[in-house]
Amino acid sequence: MTVLDVRGLATAFERNGAIARAVDGVSFTLDAGQVLGLVGESGCGKSVTALSLMRLVQPPGRVVGGEVRLEGRDVFALNEREMRRLRGPGLAMIFQEPMTSLNPVLRIGSQIAEAVRVHGRVGRRIAWERAVELLGEVGIPEPATRASDYPHQLSGGMRQRVMIAMAISCAPRVLIADEPTTALDVTIQAEILDLLRALRERHRMAVLLITHDLGVVAEQANAVAIMYAGRIVELGDVFQVFDRPLHPYTQALFRSMPSLGGRRERLEAIGGQVPDPFHLPSGCAFRDRCPRAIAACADAIPPLVEKVGGHRAACIRV
Amino acid sequence: MSATPPLVEVENLRKHYPIGGGLFARTRAWVRAVDGVSFAIHAGETLGLVGESGCGKTTLGRLMLRLIEPTGGDIRFEGRSLLGLRPRELRGLRRRMQIIFQDPYGSLNPRMRVGSIIGEGLAIHRLGRRDERYRRVQELIELVGLPPDAARRYPHEFSGGQRQRVGIARALAVEPRFVVADEAVSALDVSIQAQIINLLQELRERLGLTMLFIAHDLRVVEHVSHRVAIMYLGHIVEMGPREEIYRNPRHPYTRALLSAVPIPDPRHATRRTTLGGDVPSPVNPPSGCAFHPRCPSAEAVCKRVRPPLETGRRDHAVACHVFPAEKL
Repeated sequence: MTVLDVRGLATAFERNGAIARAVDGVSFTLDAGQVLGLVGESGCGKSVTALSLMRLVQPPGRVVGGEVRLEGRDVFALNEREMRRLRGPGLAMIFQEPMTSLNPVLRIGSQIAEAVRVHGRVGRRIAWERAVELLGEVGIPEPATRASDYPHQLSGGMRQRVMIAMAISCAPRVLIADEPTTALDVTIQAEILDLLRALRERHRMAVLLITHDLGVVAEQANAVAIMYAGRIVELGDVFQVFDRPLHPYTQALFRSMPSLGGRRERLEAIGGQVPDPFHLPSGCAFRDRCPRAIAACADAIPPLVEKVGGHRAACIRV
Repeated sequence: MSATPPLVEVENLRKHYPIGGGLFARTRAWVRAVDGVSFAIHAGETLGLVGESGCGKTTLGRLMLRLIEPTGGDIRFEGRSLLGLRPRELRGLRRRMQIIFQDPYGSLNPRMRVGSIIGEGLAIHRLGRRDERYRRVQELIELVGLPPDAARRYPHEFSGGQRQRVGIARALAVEPRFVVADEAVSALDVSIQAQIINLLQELRERLGLTMLFIAHDLRVVEHVSHRVAIMYLGHIVEMGPREEIYRNPRHPYTRALLSAVPIPDPRHATRRTTLGGDVPSPVNPPSGCAFHPRCPSAEAVCKRVRPPLETGRRDHAVACHVFPAEKL
């Protein structure tokens, strides 16, 4: 069952009169209990996509097109009040750096209790008890004691657990996790990923997992979307994309990554750099770094089309 | 490798930071950031140093260049102790030892042109005449793959990957023999990271550099290192040739680290050794083996006695009571 349906999402930023489309025509769907890994490098538009879905894009950025439906409801048609009510039980989000999203002068129990009270209409005491329960659910030892801690008293991994507790406090239909483990050490990352998996299964949440780490995607996701310069250039189930990446950018990403035990003499780096969104090349944005580019690649932006059995790619050379 | 004499050696190196205290109060405790580390790096060799945040790897890298003063122990470069040197001698030796930092944004002076940044070391050490220095800077710019007009431009005009090339050119300007790369590729995107790793490897071979490659990413470390050392709470818990550490890890901490690395293969069955809890504070490190509270294999002795780092077969050293080094 489709929970989240995103069609033609476009978000633009203005600078000195020039306009850049940070997100340009992004479409995907997310089913209940499914994890879509949204993969790309810095500046590709993956975080802006997430903020656009949450309607949290700050000026000078602005959503300029597209439609987002959460269980059939048109998210962009809601007024501010309705939107606030949707964040939490509908869409919840966790960020890379939990410290920036937690209030440093409030006890973590109070912060979670507040999230519970905003949506649950319950009294303070019940909300606090629920907060303690949630801290236990996300694996914080001695939750009744730790609920009285301030964020700075917790390690990075524990803070991320607090953020997750807050995000799941209203049992969201869709959890957006933006690089949730990037700032964490590898052993702590493993624990947080295990926790996210357990919670997702228990609550049948759909997850949009934003990451630059193909290892994390392989482990967690059912489906994968590869983003480059504001567009999804490849979309398929995780086996399709990892077994047979179609887009030259996806192929290049795999080849440029050092892998455990798979040591080669040289990594195959992708030449050049990600284009400036204010000065995108005509046609395919990857063409000047692409080993397979031909003259026709400059003519038009290639659409994301099905190539084989539901596996899509935006490339005229595939 | 072991036939050549070591280029750099550290012996029982320690750095303890006082905490608490303040102006009138006495120091209440010490952070044991590096607590008795010994190893040698041979000429032309790259030693990878891996560990999680707060394990002391960055402190160790800086101690080796004497950018910070050790609390105890010794550092020897080409057989000479760095600790007994007069400031002038130390300055002379600094030319031979350079560092590349993680953050290409934070480590370049935004008001200096790239040419001056790269040439600063040459000017400080008074190497060559002005025109010779200019030529050398252009050579370096070409060497690290920056555009020819880079010297006239400012750091903000460059992308993260290119700024890291500037950092590398600056480090190499004075023709060092030994380079500490402290998380030099960690802040970069995968495609750019691959460019910089390849560049470092090429330069290492071309210039015969010896490196301490500090990183938290085990995949990157495996790719660039000849030998690897694993650090936990100020101690080296395992060290050996790359193949030994990655194919035949013995210390439970090394095994947990390796099993936590996500494998980019959706068919790979994840079998992780999950460690309970967080890394303990280096202020009050646990008694005995510092890893014992999180160790799935800990025995009674681990609580009482700190296991020494002992070298066994194939140059593979382990500090563990339960999984000691394989006997020679």
